[in-house]
Amino acid sequence: MSATILYWSLTAAQVMLSIAMALALLRMVFGPRAQDRVLGLDALYLNSMLLLLTFGIGSGRAIYFEAALIIGLLGFVSTMALAKFLMRGEVIE
Amino acid sequence: MSNAADLPLWAAIVVSAFLLLGSGLALIGMIGFTRLPTFYQRLHAPTLGTSWGTGGVVMASMIYFSVVGGRPVFHELLIGIFVTVTTPVTLMLLAQAALHRDRAEGDPTVPTSIAAGTQPERDDATT
Repeated sequence: MSATILYWSLTAAQVMLSIAMALALLRMVFGPRAQDRVLGLDALYLNSMLLLLTFGIGSGRAIYFEAALIIGLLGFVSTMALAKFLMRGEVIE
Repeated sequence: MSNAADLPLWAAIVVSAFLLLGSGLALIGMIGFTRLPTFYQRLHAPTLGTSWGTGGVVMASMIYFSVVGGRPVFHELLIGIFVTVTTPVTLMLLAQAALHRDRAEGDPTVPTSIAAGTQPERDDATT
């Protein structure tokens, strides 16, 4: 009973997060300007991090948590560098 | 689904509720992200996913691993704290970059900067 509830809610959560990733990808590809694309990339890595956490609940293994943590760390740095690049035209002054 | 069968019913219901809350809010935020008209409005939409979207999924993961493992597991809290701290920094910097680009293009819809109005007076005072 509990396994069935968890299975279907995990499936629904993964489908919703996949649709969210597709919408973010749509904005990243067709975004009218560069800042829309950067924001789409930011939203894409955030949703992929949440999707990895749901994979971790589904498999019961801790390796997905570490992957999600690394995605969060590197995504923050990359969005920061891209925003800096949009503002100044160079990353390191 | 290796050891989900020995999960009690209340834990399965609580984990499912937090999972559906988190992923549903992330989906709502992304729908707003594709539908809102201007960039400065779109900037607000992903924060649904970073605040309660991340909070719901992280809390579901914490409850699941704590109940299955039989001991408190709190390391998912790291992701929640990290995302909560870094999102405002990222989005503020991105908004500043977008404002800078719009002003450099002479876009009339964005407000002009305060420093631009006071710039000639400061030049007169220094020279």
